[in-house]
Amino acid sequence: MERDSVKAFLGIVGRDLRLALRQRADALMVVLFFVLTGALFPFGLGPEPNLLARIAPGIIWVTALLAVLLSLERLFLADYEDGALELMALSPLPLSAIVLAKALAHWLTTGLPLMAAAPLIALLYNLDEAALPLTLATLALGTPSLTLIGAVGAALSLGARRGGALIPLLVLPLTIPVLIFGVGAIDAELAGLSTKPHLLLLGAILVLALPFAPIAAAAAIRQAVE
Amino acid sequence: MHRFANPGRFLRLARVLLPWFAVASVLGIGIGLGLGLFVAPPDYQQGDTVRIMYVHVPSAWMALFVYTNIAIASAVALIWRHPLADLAAKASAPLGAGFTFLALITGSLWGKPMWGTYWVWDARLTSVLVLFFLYLGHIALSSAFDDPQRGRRAAAILALVGFVNVPIIKFSVDWWNTLHQPASVIRLDGPTIHPDMLWPLIAMALGFTFYYLSLLLVRLRSELLESRIRALESSMVAEGRAPRLATAGGEA
Repeated sequence: MERDSVKAFLGIVGRDLRLALRQRADALMVVLFFVLTGALFPFGLGPEPNLLARIAPGIIWVTALLAVLLSLERLFLADYEDGALELMALSPLPLSAIVLAKALAHWLTTGLPLMAAAPLIALLYNLDEAALPLTLATLALGTPSLTLIGAVGAALSLGARRGGALIPLLVLPLTIPVLIFGVGAIDAELAGLSTKPHLLLLGAILVLALPFAPIAAAAAIRQAVE
Repeated sequence: MHRFANPGRFLRLARVLLPWFAVASVLGIGIGLGLGLFVAPPDYQQGDTVRIMYVHVPSAWMALFVYTNIAIASAVALIWRHPLADLAAKASAPLGAGFTFLALITGSLWGKPMWGTYWVWDARLTSVLVLFFLYLGHIALSSAFDDPQRGRRAAAILALVGFVNVPIIKFSVDWWNTLHQPASVIRLDGPTIHPDMLWPLIAMALGFTFYYLSLLLVRLRSELLESRIRALESSMVAEGRAPRLATAGGEA
């Protein structure tokens, strides 16, 4: 029984990954959006290196958050529209575990590519090289929370009118703490202060989101397929 | 709790309570404003600007109180499928958003002469702004579905998820070093505010609470009547008699 559950869980992760790989444009678009928006700010703010280096952590985090938001709609929508989600809700695997599997696949195809692209933005903004590993660490700790919290919003907006426009309104307020502590950690590192409190709080958000967000998202999906 | 699940019983109770709540609200706000604007002394540092507090603090309390109510009503609606609870949550959301907006506006009007700026990004202000966004999301979600029931259920889940913000707002002034002053009324060691200022504040808080309760009753009543109309219309359609509203456009 337990082995079957693990197999089903990994099966959903594998399926979503295969789907994402076959529609590479979707995942690529997120990274492109991240890099392009990131490259946009110097045009608006002027190319002054000190200013850019100072705002780099904030830019990286805000654009990463927006890029994740952009990708949230495809988390459940296709499966909802073709009825696959309904079958998943009927499967013996708990719906919250299915949400977790889909969130994991989503993170592997958005959060991970964003982390890979972040050094490029850091380079463009002249971010202190010593702060780069920490920047990646905050993204590694923070983007899974963004995906998990976003999954709740994506599930809630299933079947809604103008669902795509609704997701940011639902998700953004809840993701602000992730943004604050993500940027806070990098700023603390640049100022020579301890980064530990910020990283611990980021970790705490992830630890809370891991069990609770799938439960809430599963409840929302159940309403949608009822 | 399920005694008042019956809409007829609830409507009868609401009809009895509403005038009392309305009078209590007018009295509370009237006495609070009278005491606050004319009787209470000006602050030794802030002068007359301190009087903004008599609107600001009760609105901020109400913002949290109403959201807590929405969260409780949402939990009741999701767990026991109580038919009035999710209606109450939906009817409360615009009221709570109004109180939150009032708290933000009065706060920034007070901040300009006192802090020298309309807005600072400190923990208390930011978390209340997030609360305002949560209210807006709740309102948008509950009206985003063709089936109103489904919208209320979805909004209930959102309300429960968003509840994490309420303790953050309450304790933000203790956890972070903020420009916003810490609590001076609801404290373990009793209020640190002078009684002359405390009484108008309490009167205003009571007045605001009854104002909220009165409007909640009115809104709940109209929600119930609206769903009654919808039920009547669909039963007329089922019987083959098209309701007036639907034919008016069709035959013209």
